[in-house]
Amino acid sequence: MKGMTIIVKKTTQLIAGMIFLYGIYIILHGHLTPGGGFAGGIILAGSFILLILAYGSDFLILVRKESGSTIYENLGVLVFLFLALTGLLFGGRIFFANWLPHGTPGELISAGFLPLYNICVGIEVAASILSIFLALIIFKEEILK
Amino acid sequence: MIVYWLCFILFLTGLYGVITRRNLIKIAISLSIMEFSCFLFLALLGYTKGGEAPIVDPADPVRTYVDPLPQAMVLTAIVIGLATTAMLMAVIIRIYRKYGTFDIREIKNLRG
Amino acid sequence: MNPLIPLFVAVPLAGAFLIMILGRFIPFLNRYLAAAVLLFLAFISFWSLLTEGADASVYRVGGWEPVNGVPIGIYMVHDSFSALVLCIISLIGLLSVIYSMSYMAGYTSGDYFYALFCLMTAGMNGVVLSGDIFNIFVFLEISAISSYALVAFGVGKNELEATLKYQVMGAIASFLILFAIGFIYWKAKTLNIADIRVAYEEGHDRSYYLLVQLMLLTGFGVKAAVIPFHAWLPDAHSSAPSPISAMLSGVLIKAVGIYVIIRLFFNMFEITEGISVLITTLGAVSMVVGTFLAIGQWDIKRLLAYSSISQMGYVVMAVGIGMILTARGVKSDVAALAITGGIFHMLNHAAFKGLLFLNAGAIEYSVGTRDLRQMGGLAETMPVTSATSFIGSLSISGIPPFNGFFSKLIIIVAAVMGHFYLLAVLAALVSIITLAYFMKFQRYAFYDRQPGKTVQKIKKVPAPMLFSMIVLALVCLLLSLLALPSLRDAILTPAADLLIDQMKYSSQITGM
Repeated sequence: MKGMTIIVKKTTQLIAGMIFLYGIYIILHGHLTPGGGFAGGIILAGSFILLILAYGSDFLILVRKESGSTIYENLGVLVFLFLALTGLLFGGRIFFANWLPHGTPGELISAGFLPLYNICVGIEVAASILSIFLALIIFKEEILK
Repeated sequence: MIVYWLCFILFLTGLYGVITRRNLIKIAISLSIMEFSCFLFLALLGYTKGGEAPIVDPADPVRTYVDPLPQAMVLTAIVIGLATTAMLMAVIIRIYRKYGTFDIREIKNLRG
Repeated sequence: MNPLIPLFVAVPLAGAFLIMILGRFIPFLNRYLAAAVLLFLAFISFWSLLTEGADASVYRVGGWEPVNGVPIGIYMVHDSFSALVLCIISLIGLLSVIYSMSYMAGYTSGDYFYALFCLMTAGMNGVVLSGDIFNIFVFLEISAISSYALVAFGVGKNELEATLKYQVMGAIASFLILFAIGFIYWKAKTLNIADIRVAYEEGHDRSYYLLVQLMLLTGFGVKAAVIPFHAWLPDAHSSAPSPISAMLSGVLIKAVGIYVIIRLFFNMFEITEGISVLITTLGAVSMVVGTFLAIGQWDIKRLLAYSSISQMGYVVMAVGIGMILTARGVKSDVAALAITGGIFHMLNHAAFKGLLFLNAGAIEYSVGTRDLRQMGGLAETMPVTSATSFIGSLSISGIPPFNGFFSKLIIIVAAVMGHFYLLAVLAALVSIITLAYFMKFQRYAFYDRQPGKTVQKIKKVPAPMLFSMIVLALVCLLLSLLALPSLRDAILTPAADLLIDQMKYSSQITGM
């Protein structure tokens, strides 16, 4: 049987979703509380890694997942750069200009571009951590073969 | 003052490990120790006695806050350190597959 | 504010990640996209060099204006010194990409290669443009990590060993730099180079900053491979694929090593005589020792790598002479001349060392070996490679109509005028030894055909590789025009003046 025992699998099933939600919470509140894109992204990646460790995985599935997460990683960076470059076009020719309305401090939708940047960083970090993890696991599977 | 010296001692511990250990994995761990001593040092720089998280509350402007800039630096440096460590581990695994050993004394193709 | 400045970093970053996404759907897109990115960079870098005046142009990222004259936020600074380094980065990068179109055709996963190449360029541009010390560290790590991966691109035994050495030494250097940044922040409470300079003027503890200076010198010395810290360079530069060797040797050690040392020690710290004597000594030692290590090599790329150490020694020594004279406060014209010579030699070295590494790659491509003892008589079969490498060899050894002669002449004249007779004699001697080992390279590789030892399989060198080599050979000839007084005053002297005049940089940036 692949993966770990049934106890671990069931517990993981219960916990992984909550960890995922917690990561999203940390990312979305990045401009209000300590934390933000990087910390939240690590937590997101943690939920995926937990699932892969508990359930085990097939070599081919791992390779496919790795190429998928690489795409998300690159998209995260590209969207981030695009948002920064919009400042050059609309924000008075200033790179990283925060030209969206700032809103009232302390509310969820405020601070202009910062939540968007945080979301991009979160996707990027989650995908890249997952890619690193998958790459190392794929190495191991290749050695075992 | 003593905590700053402890950071420096941790840094030297890592350096000692890099120089004396023969196992590649242990060298990578020693490099991580050096890295984290730097992070600790930077985080300590921002510490203010009685300081709070630097989210400014307009109602109470005289509170003391910790310096947020070193925290941002530490966060950036952690990301960089993560990339360095991942890269180093990937190279070490590749080396293990080519040479069949983690012993640094066995890995000496290049000379002169 | 020049709106082109952030594009120097943003365009290659976007290029790298676009290659990773689109490259898997469209074949052969990677090389053309990378070439387009580098072509754009070359265009805007030369444009900025020609249109920007002698004054520094400051770009405030995010539009954060200074508060009470104290800079907040990230500054990008484009001045006459960084403009020159940007030009060589994009020029050598463009030619290396064109070269690798056919050289890297035999390797798999070209997407990763070109993406990492763009990432490395972005990192170097960022280091050169950055106006605060922590961003220098961040961009330095970007370029360093991508160069670790590029050195190991062949994933053979030698490549992996070389990249391990490079990574361990590079990581220790990075942590030293990070520690030193922490120390600077502790005292100065700011990270902006110009602002640190102002804080330094107001009151400073000499012994404290001496420690910081030594840590920074060690850290960036490892990156620049001056002699006690050089162990990684011959392995890494000889194991990497040839276009990457040309980038590493031609540009990377200058942009993240020498450039940052010059920038920090001239524009951030006050120049003291002790540290400038130390820098001059390091430069002279690496000049002499590097050349003696190079002379015994039989592997072409190792020979070129050791000669890089030696030639970088010239640059460091020339800059050090300028620092000593500035610290003593005498003969500021001689100091300016020495620094001009150093910067000129840095540009020249990028051209001819890039050319020679590309030649070595062409030889390896067509003959299949890098060992000089197994070659001979290649001048007949590879005429273009032979001719261009002859130009490169003559340039690096300082033979008159080529660029290396003029920069070495300026350095030696400055050393004599500053009464550093020993250093002048050493520089001339090292130049002669350089000629000796490049004649050895020429003779064994191209001319000395030994009977009974013919090289069997010779592949024809493809057109893109020939194009890059011919262009770089022309650049070697054209750069010697910079020795003309009118061009020198227009391009090189503003950079030297910016470094000599200690408060100019920070006063231009803080606006005080």
